Amino acid sequence: MSAGATLSEKILARASGEESVRPGDIVDAKVDLAMSHEACTFVIKSFKEMGAKKIWDKDKIVIILDHWVPASDVKSASLHKTIRDFVNEQGIDNFLDVGRGGIAHQILAEDGWVLPGMLVVGSDSHTPTAGALGAFATGIGFTEMAAVFALGELWLRVPENLKVIMDGSMGPRMDGKDLILEVIGQLKVDGAIYKAIEFTGSTVDSIGISHRLTICNMATEMGAKTGIISPDAKTEEYLAWTGKEYEAVRSDEDAVYQEERVFDITDLEPQVACPPNVDNVKGVNELKGVKVHQAFLGSCTNGRIEDLRAAAEILKGEKIHKDVRMIVMPASQKIYHQAMKEGLFDIFLESEATICAPSCGPCFGGHGGLLAAGEACISSTNRNFVARMGHPESFVYLASPWTVAASALYGEITDPRSV
Amino acid sequence: METTLSGRIWKFGDNVNTDDITPSPYLTITDPSELAKHVMENLNPEFAGGVQKGDIIVAGRNFGCGSSREHAPVALKAAGVSLVVARTFARIFYRNAINLGLPVLESQELVDLVEEGEEIKADIERGEITVSSGKIIKTNPLPENVLGILEAGGLISKVRRILEAGE
Repeated sequence: MSAGATLSEKILARASGEESVRPGDIVDAKVDLAMSHEACTFVIKSFKEMGAKKIWDKDKIVIILDHWVPASDVKSASLHKTIRDFVNEQGIDNFLDVGRGGIAHQILAEDGWVLPGMLVVGSDSHTPTAGALGAFATGIGFTEMAAVFALGELWLRVPENLKVIMDGSMGPRMDGKDLILEVIGQLKVDGAIYKAIEFTGSTVDSIGISHRLTICNMATEMGAKTGIISPDAKTEEYLAWTGKEYEAVRSDEDAVYQEERVFDITDLEPQVACPPNVDNVKGVNELKGVKVHQAFLGSCTNGRIEDLRAAAEILKGEKIHKDVRMIVMPASQKIYHQAMKEGLFDIFLESEATICAPSCGPCFGGHGGLLAAGEACISSTNRNFVARMGHPESFVYLASPWTVAASALYGEITDPRSV
Repeated sequence: METTLSGRIWKFGDNVNTDDITPSPYLTITDPSELAKHVMENLNPEFAGGVQKGDIIVAGRNFGCGSSREHAPVALKAAGVSLVVARTFARIFYRNAINLGLPVLESQELVDLVEEGEEIKADIERGEITVSSGKIIKTNPLPENVLGILEAGGLISKVRRILEAGE
């Protein structure tokens, strides 16, 4: 009898019309959902060069503006206009313009676009975020997305499977971010190239979808093709409002993994990724005394309502350090609205943080909160490369929303459990 | 696409990311030749001005990690780079390069055997690289479907043929 299949293998087999697939197989897979953002401008250019006239299925394409929103200059305004014209010409209903959506990866999850078992592609490297809901979600380039827009399918090499088992209960003021930084610090930035990382274990079972989205979001920082978590009762609860039906495909007990890595989370302290690479990870207490000039809370990695609540718990009744400016950027319009209704904005404003509209802007060094030479930022985002958030001689430290808020209060990297 | 080519080497280290190749201030640029003017500017300011048509990049592990921005291989190709050889590639960069018709080969050893500026020859189809001493390095040959995309001149040409055949 043949061995069982992983969740990733089951999804890719179904999408390619095969009985079963194994790592190394090259399949032509039909896409269930294709997401694009401002990259769509370049997708449209390739789409036209291909001689394509009509998109393959308008119900399976979602376009969400998130990188330069609101338009930061004339060039980005022109990118947006190109996309709006294409959306109108093709009759694409699923288009979320400024003020109607937010950061694409968050929207795919919170608006119920992604369901367990789907094959999702996005023209953005953080597309694996959707793997937290049990989908096989992967990032692709712009020309490739144009081919998907035209044909609805793409070739994929079935990836090897890496099982990351996290065991133990997560301590107070800890986040999915701390867990994934610990994993990246161990596996390194090329530790999962071409692979599907499946996250499992008692920790993963016990944490909510918000943490899981953060974990899968950063699988890409190890080179993974996807990060994925088998759906469970928490997934079902998260998606209940959609009323949509799906088959909750899970990995078989006897599925084959190329490698398994076990992480004991029990005594983990908050983790921080130091510049200039995401795998340069240290415990927060090793970084005492490191000054920060900016604190950023937001992005597809950590801009959810749970993240804002965490920061607000730290900041309530306090003023942030006089040498620090703090930027809060909820990841979607819905989160923005919810935070306002919960009174979190009062807390942020009284602590002298500024609140901005949902955008990817500062995270990728686009606009809205960039750094000058010599400045350091403690950030809830996902990359700390040279020049990532501004000047090539600025420094980005990646951490959880708890650590970002605590560091904003003291003007230096601070353990949120000590606040 | 030419399946045999030769060029001068530019060497890079491990984990060259897409922000290094095309920094974010240039991401709204749509003209490839404009992008090429800024390629690698934070990592090697000499590169954009010095790179010549046909030059070859030889790098370490995880070349092209980071974002899915296709600007990165677009800029390299527009700057004249004819081939990238690395110990390993980040997967989205790898696919983007192939889709644009920029060949990429994986070799664990080449980066340790060659010098900056050295002339090498490559046979893409056979996956063989000849260094200046005459030594032949075998790389992992490209899968058949990948070679098919390169031979068609990239994914745009390939899809155009599929669409034309379907009409």
